Amino acid sequence: MTLNGALKTTLSVLALSAVGVAAQAQTPLSLWYHGAGNPVERDVLIGLIEDFNTSQSDWVIELAEFPQASYNESVVAAGLAGNLPDIVDVDGPIMPNWAWAGYLQPLDLPDGTTDGFLPGTLGYWNGELYTVGLWDAAVAVLARRSVLDEHGIRIPTLDEPWDLEEFDAALTTLQASGDFDYPFDVGMAWTGEWYPYAFGPFLQSFGGDILDASVPTAEGVLNGDAGLDFGDWWQSLFDRDMVPGVSQDAADRETGFVDGNYAMQWNGNWAVLSALETFGDDLLILPAPDFGNGPTIGAASWQFGVSSTTEHADGANQFIEFMLQDEYLAAFSDALGLIPATASAAAISEYYSEGGPLEVFYGLSEAQARLRAVTPGYLVAALEFEKAMSDIASGADVADTLDAATDAINDDLERNNGYQ
Amino acid sequence: MTDRHSIASLILRYLLLVWIALIFLFPLVFMVVSSLKPDLQLLRDSASVRAFLPVGDISIDNYGLAAERAPIARFVFNSLFVTATTVVLSLILCSMAAFSFVFLQWRGRGVVLAIILATFIVPFETIAIPLLLVVNNLPWIGIDGFRIGWINSYQVQIIPWIADALTIFLFVQFFKDLPKDLIEAARVDGASWFQIYRRVVMPLCGPVLATAAILKFLVMYNQYIWPLMVTQSEDYRPVMVGLQYFFQLNTAWGEVMAYLSLITVPVLAFYLVLQRAFISSIASTGIKG
Repeated sequence: MTLNGALKTTLSVLALSAVGVAAQAQTPLSLWYHGAGNPVERDVLIGLIEDFNTSQSDWVIELAEFPQASYNESVVAAGLAGNLPDIVDVDGPIMPNWAWAGYLQPLDLPDGTTDGFLPGTLGYWNGELYTVGLWDAAVAVLARRSVLDEHGIRIPTLDEPWDLEEFDAALTTLQASGDFDYPFDVGMAWTGEWYPYAFGPFLQSFGGDILDASVPTAEGVLNGDAGLDFGDWWQSLFDRDMVPGVSQDAADRETGFVDGNYAMQWNGNWAVLSALETFGDDLLILPAPDFGNGPTIGAASWQFGVSSTTEHADGANQFIEFMLQDEYLAAFSDALGLIPATASAAAISEYYSEGGPLEVFYGLSEAQARLRAVTPGYLVAALEFEKAMSDIASGADVADTLDAATDAINDDLERNNGYQ
Repeated sequence: MTDRHSIASLILRYLLLVWIALIFLFPLVFMVVSSLKPDLQLLRDSASVRAFLPVGDISIDNYGLAAERAPIARFVFNSLFVTATTVVLSLILCSMAAFSFVFLQWRGRGVVLAIILATFIVPFETIAIPLLLVVNNLPWIGIDGFRIGWINSYQVQIIPWIADALTIFLFVQFFKDLPKDLIEAARVDGASWFQIYRRVVMPLCGPVLATAAILKFLVMYNQYIWPLMVTQSEDYRPVMVGLQYFFQLNTAWGEVMAYLSLITVPVLAFYLVLQRAFISSIASTGIKG
């Protein structure tokens, strides 16, 4: 080896050692994420983590991925065992329960960090910000311009959505045409959180709710007059064969609208791209109908928070603040079709920028999105609501079913002292 | 006339058996055939007989996509390692326990056996959380040194499952039917209890070993709730937790079927290897010596 070569080798070793020492000096922060099995989402998150790890010398993020379908159970088990990570992500409506259970601590972000964020991306509980999301999701009525025009049905707008009468008339017209198996599809095949997320806003638009989180109680809210009106209307959809029932096949839910078997469909922004590919400009993304108390859609998707047991809350908060840059909000949106949390991120995103194919969803989220009941009791309430919706759709007595769901929700609230 | 009648009866019987066999085969055929189809075609075909036929746009693309979505080889290795280790240890420990219940004379063995068998009626879900708290506080010395807590490890998926009432029960039942003369002859020849267990009893246990192994294999290979609770790292996750990787907002059903086809192979292979002994064991359960 020449002297020059030896010098180069020595310098290289020294340089590598320096990198190693720097890496060792960085304190590890564990991050749990629900996106295992989604390589696209993973790539974006890994890129973000690498950017953060190289942007400073104090912290290094160590990612552990979990499959979404079983993520909550994994976190709850870790909470019980006392080995939560430093940073967790959490589905918006679940957040109050985890905060109440002591899994999360309030965020400590610089003032103004979340200014301009869509309301659904901010996880407040008891007046404190516990979580923040990089995106939101929204639901809309998917339809085809050609179909509505052919049957003389007015195309609703954000300013002038369909009211109950007009919406029902549209369904009747489409059904009478005989062109479709069903005039509308609400997605009964998608059980679980879809029911409270997608159907709860119908109840809110009638003037009711799953429960009043401020008391908290479901009495008079879920089973009050507005709740009963909603329940009667909901049941009538199935009685009149306006929508597929609880036995709807998952395959029909996936393909029924693009195959032309359903005239319209209640679906989320994440599922619109395939319909867009099929129908192109003919596809309409329409706002939720106004059933009397304002048009409403569900808000809050996955968000990030700091665990209560972390010894490095400062680093965890620093990472979350880093994530909230527009470029990352737009990157997640471009990769997954999600709604960016800010208007400035939407402006640089592929789908939500001006003239983008999903731009309308940002407006829907801004104008119509309403949080699901912000209470730790939501977990049980959501399950009871799901069961009630399914039972009513199957022909159960509306008043009895809503009373039973109300009692079950209130029993849970009582057992847990109102989750105070 | 009689011959013709018996031939017709035979044909009818075989047709019935073939039909029953097809009913059991259909889900497997559906799974494998669906793994070769694109999602949209798979969903459309599912409402007709085409669901069982490899027709249309057929390819192995779903297998490649499934491998991109999840570390399948890692999951299969984890499951096979955990399952094989547990099965072997379980057969040894449970057969020893059963041997002591049947052949050794000690006070209270009937009560202890009754208590063990009573655990049949305790569902795992009721003890899952207490068990989690216990294993989270147990010490362990491994290649990475001493640590407290078994979370994220192989041993946490193996050790709690080694002993179980069903396997002990199977061995107890089998041992009770063995001729007592064999044991007495061995004792007269001066054999120790361990020698009797190892050299006299166990060599006769082929059928019950196969049965217990297959039943234990299925239980362990299909583990879901427990590994979900105790594995926070991909490095230790088994196949059933891995299945959840495929259920996204828009589930790719072709990939799900490809994954299921791949993880079913070890189960089928294991059963095929042991099927003769398994059937022999099932067939002999009604025979008394």
